[in-house]
Amino acid sequence: MTTPATTDPALIRNFCIIAHIDHGKSTLADRMLEVTGLVEGRHMRAQYLDRMDIERERGITIKAQNVRLPWTPRSGAHTGTEYVLDMIDTPGHVDFTYEVSRSLAACEGAVLLVDAAQGIEAQTLANLYLALENDLTIIPVLNKIDLPAAQPERYAEEIAHIIGCEPGDVLRVSGKTGVGVPELLDLIVDRIPAPTGEAAGPARAMIFDSVYDIYRGVITYVRVVDGRISARDKIKMMSTGATHELLEIGVISPEPKPVESLGVGEVGYFITGVKDVRQSRVGDTVTLQHKPAAESIGGYRDPKPMVYSGLYPIDGSEYPLLREALDKLLLNDAALTYEPETSAALGFGFRVGFLGLLHLEIVRERLEREAGISLISTAPNVVYRVVMEDGTEITVTNPSDWPEGKISAIYEPIVNATIIAPSDYTGAIMELCQGRRGQLGGMDYLSESRVELRYVLPLGEIIFDFFDALKSRTRGYASLDYSEGGEQESKLVKVDILLQGEAVDAFSAIVHKDKAYSYGVMMAGKLRELIPRQQFEVPIQAAVGSRVIARETVRAIRKDVLAKCYGGDITRKRKLLEKQKEGKKRMKMVGRVEVPQEAFVAALSTNESTASKK
Amino acid sequence: MNTVLPLLPAPGLPAGAPGPDALPDSAREHLATTPFGLYVHVPFCATRCGYCDFNTYTSDELGPGANRAEYAGTAIAELRRAARTLGPDLPTVSTVFVGGGTPTLLPAADLAAVLGEIRRLFPVADDVEVTTEANPETVDRGYLSVLREAGFTRVSLGMQSAAEHVLAVLDRRHTPGRAVEAAHEARAAGFEHVNLDLIYGTPGETDADWAASLDAVLSGPVDHVSAYALIVEEGTRLARRIRNGELPMPDDDVLADRYEQADATLRGAGFDWYEVSNWATSDAARCRHNELYWANANWWGVGPGAHSHVGGLRWWNVKHPAAYADRLTAGVSPAQDAELLDDADRALETIMLGLRLREGLPLELLSDVGRRRAADSVARGLLDPAAHAAGRAVLTDRGRLLADAVVRDLTD
Repeated sequence: MTTPATTDPALIRNFCIIAHIDHGKSTLADRMLEVTGLVEGRHMRAQYLDRMDIERERGITIKAQNVRLPWTPRSGAHTGTEYVLDMIDTPGHVDFTYEVSRSLAACEGAVLLVDAAQGIEAQTLANLYLALENDLTIIPVLNKIDLPAAQPERYAEEIAHIIGCEPGDVLRVSGKTGVGVPELLDLIVDRIPAPTGEAAGPARAMIFDSVYDIYRGVITYVRVVDGRISARDKIKMMSTGATHELLEIGVISPEPKPVESLGVGEVGYFITGVKDVRQSRVGDTVTLQHKPAAESIGGYRDPKPMVYSGLYPIDGSEYPLLREALDKLLLNDAALTYEPETSAALGFGFRVGFLGLLHLEIVRERLEREAGISLISTAPNVVYRVVMEDGTEITVTNPSDWPEGKISAIYEPIVNATIIAPSDYTGAIMELCQGRRGQLGGMDYLSESRVELRYVLPLGEIIFDFFDALKSRTRGYASLDYSEGGEQESKLVKVDILLQGEAVDAFSAIVHKDKAYSYGVMMAGKLRELIPRQQFEVPIQAAVGSRVIARETVRAIRKDVLAKCYGGDITRKRKLLEKQKEGKKRMKMVGRVEVPQEAFVAALSTNESTASKK
Repeated sequence: MNTVLPLLPAPGLPAGAPGPDALPDSAREHLATTPFGLYVHVPFCATRCGYCDFNTYTSDELGPGANRAEYAGTAIAELRRAARTLGPDLPTVSTVFVGGGTPTLLPAADLAAVLGEIRRLFPVADDVEVTTEANPETVDRGYLSVLREAGFTRVSLGMQSAAEHVLAVLDRRHTPGRAVEAAHEARAAGFEHVNLDLIYGTPGETDADWAASLDAVLSGPVDHVSAYALIVEEGTRLARRIRNGELPMPDDDVLADRYEQADATLRGAGFDWYEVSNWATSDAARCRHNELYWANANWWGVGPGAHSHVGGLRWWNVKHPAAYADRLTAGVSPAQDAELLDDADRALETIMLGLRLREGLPLELLSDVGRRRAADSVARGLLDPAAHAAGRAVLTDRGRLLADAVVRDLTD
C-alpha cells in the first residue's frame, strides 16, 4: 500500500470527473470505491460521497468531494504497480463555476463523462473548456451503455468532434453495472500525467474546498503543489497572511485518515480549529509560516454575489431564529452575504446575496429544513449600477433603493450564455432569447442534429424563469450554461405595485422599460386573484414613478355570514370563528388592506424550481 | 349489545369529568331563572339529500332501540335521565323542538308520546312552544291533527324551493306545490304557527326561480320564514358533484343578491327579520326555541349527536343511533364529550350569537378594542348608527350579510 506522505509523485494521478447533473457521476464514483476495494459492497450506499441530504435528494453535488483510491492497473504500460488515484468530485452547477475551476486546477486530468443516451450538455461543455484551459488531459467516456436508449456510436462521434479525437478513443462504461470501470482506472494511470512540483521548495498547497463541521470546525481540502506540509507545521494563508496551528492533517480514503504529512501532488485535508470557512477560502494558497513561499499559486478571487433576494420569516417572531440560522450557514458558505432589511409589507428580514439561483434555492431550503423556519423570498434581482445626472453613482441591490432623482445611465450585468439543444428547437430558442433581450453571439453544429447557440443575455432576464421557459420550449432537451460577461447600459425602470394607493415594497421590481407594462399587468392580475375581498373595494395599481400603467380592482365582499347554526352545535360555530380569527391574525396589513401571507408567497413565487435545473 | 352493526362502543366521557352526569355547580346556578328548552333529535330520513351533512340515517336496521319503531322509547329514556340530572328543582320547559332528520317519519303517536312524557317529567310553561320539523311529503291532515291535539303548537316545513329543477339538485322528493299545501293542512289542523324553510343559491337556481319560491311561500298561511344560503359541506354528495365539475359552486355575490331579494320581498309582505336567517310576521310568531340558542340560554338535546348547553357546560351525544341506544340500555350517559366554557369563551359566544339578532347586543359586553371596532363598523355602514348611539350594536341590512366579519372585528 502506498503510504501518504511518502508517495512518489510519479505514482500519483489526480483527476476529476466532468459530467452533467444526472449523467451518472456519483454512481460511477460509487463503483470506483467498490472496484478499488475501498468500500466493501455491504457498506456501500448510493452517492457515497455526497454529504448533504439535499445533495442526495436532488442528485447534485454542491460541495466538492475527494477520495484517495489505491489502484494496481491490470492492463497497459503500468500493469502490476500500485498507484494512488485522487479523485476530486466537482460541484455540478453553473452557480459554482469558480469552485469548479479550482477543483480542476487541482488535477492533471479529467474524465469527461457523458450519458450515452443524452449526449453532451451545455454545462459539461463549459467545464470541458475550463479543463482544457487548465491544460488537463481529457479522457472521454460514455456512461450508461446498459440503457436500452443508449446511442454510443452517435454520441462518441459527437464527443470526438468536440475534443478532436477518434470515436474509437471514447471509452464505454456503465456506472450501474460496473462494466468498463477497471479499464477506465487503468486508462487514468496510463494517460493522465503524474503531478510535478518542487519537493524541496517552500510549501504551497491550493485550497479547493472547505467545509464546516460542527464537531471539528472547518475542514480544508488541499492539493499540495510544492514542498511538504507536516502535522506539526504552522500554516499561513497567503491571501490574508493569517497563520494557524494544524490540529490534524490527513487523507480521505474514503473516511478521513490522519497522516504525518502531505507531499508534492498529494490531495488531503487539514483542520486548524477555525470556525468559519471564510478563513479557509477556496482558491487561496496555503504555505508554511516559518518558510513561506514568495508567490501564491494564483487564481484566487473573492466570491461575489450575483443575485439578491429578501428573505423574511413568515412568522415575524422567527426573525431571531432566521438570523441565527444565517449566521450558522455562513460558517459553511463563504459566498453568502446578508444584511438586515425591513419591509413595510413583510416586516423584518434580510437582504441576502447569492452566487446564483440554485445557490438561493439551496440556502432557502437549508434554512427551512435545518432551522425549521418558513420563509418568504422576494423576487430575486441582480445588482444595478445607476449613474445620476450629477455624476453620483449608486449600486442597487434592492428595488427599494432605486434612486428618485434624474438618472443619466443604468448598467446591468450580462452573461455569456451557451445553450445546447437538438437543432429542431433552434427557432424556439432564438425566439425566447430575443424576447429576453439576448444578442446572438454565434452558433455551431456539434453534430448534424445538435446545435450550440451562444448568446449575450442580461443576467436579470435569466434569473426569474428563463430556464423553465427554455425547458418547456425544447421539451426538456436544452441545456444551459452561462458565465459573467461584464455589464451593459440599459433602459430600466422600477415598477411599483400599489394597494389602495400604497406601494407594497415587496412587489417592486426593476425591469426593462419595454416590459414594465407586461410586468405590471401580470402582477396586478395575480394579486387580484390572491387578495381576498375586503369590506371595501381595493384598487391594485402598477406604476412607474407617478404614472399608472395597469389597474385591477378587488371588489368589496358582500357576504360573510354563515346562514345556519348547526342545530345547537355552538361549539362548532365558535371553533370556526376562532379559526377565522387566527387566520386574520396572520394577515399582513398594507394600509387598511388585509393581505394573507399566502398571497405574498404566491405572488412572489416564480413557478420555477431551480431544483429542476438539469 | 348491538349485534347488527359491528360498532365499537364510543369512548364517552371520562368518569368524574364535567358532563350531564356531573353538572358543576356553576352550571346549575341559574337553572331556575334561565329559559329552558328541550330538543329531540330524530335521526331518520327516507333518503339522504345530497347537500345534507346532518346526523341522519336512511336504514331502518340500526339495531335494538335505534330502529324507528323503538326510537321514541329510547329518546324517552334519555328524557328521564335529564329530569333526574336536573332535578329535584326542575326548570320549567318553555320550548320543545323536535328536529331531524325527518321527525315525521315516526308515527304521530310516537311524537305525541314523547311530548306526553315531557309533560309528565317536567314542569311545562302554559305558553310552551312545541315545534316539529316536517317534510312536506311525510305529513297529511290526519297526522297533523294528532300532533296538534297532543299539544304541538308549531310546524316547520322543509320547502327549500318552488322550482322543480332546484328540488332535484337538492334531492328533495316533494313536488313544488306540496309544501304550501302542507302548510294549509297544518293551518286547517289548528296550527297557528307555520314556518316554511327555504334554501337559496342552489346551483342552477335563477333570480326568477327564487322570486317564484318567495311568492309561493307568501301565498301560504305562514307566519314565519327561514331562508338559508346553501352551504356546500365537505363529504356530501353535492360537494363531490361540485368538485367533479358537474355543478357550479354557489357564488357569494349571487347569495348576497338572493338574500337582499328575500329580505325585500318578505319585508314587503309584512315579515321582519329577527335573526339573520329568520323572518316573522310578529314577535309572537318568532321561533322562541331558536331564540334560546342565540340568547345562549339552557337546553337539553335528546338523541344521537344532539348538543346541549346548561349554564356554560356544553356536551354532545354519541352520533350513531345504535351506540346511543346501547348506552341508554346499559344505563350510562349517551354523552360523548363535553366542554366547560371559561369566561372568555362565554363572552365570545355571547357576541357571536347575540349580534345575529335584531335586538343586537349592549356595547358594554364588548372590550375596549371591541367598542372602538364597533365605531369603525358604524362608519363602514355595518352597524346601525342610531342603535349605536343608544348603546347597542345592531347590524344594518348590509351588516347582516357581513355578520361574521363584524363579529371578528368586535371580538378583536
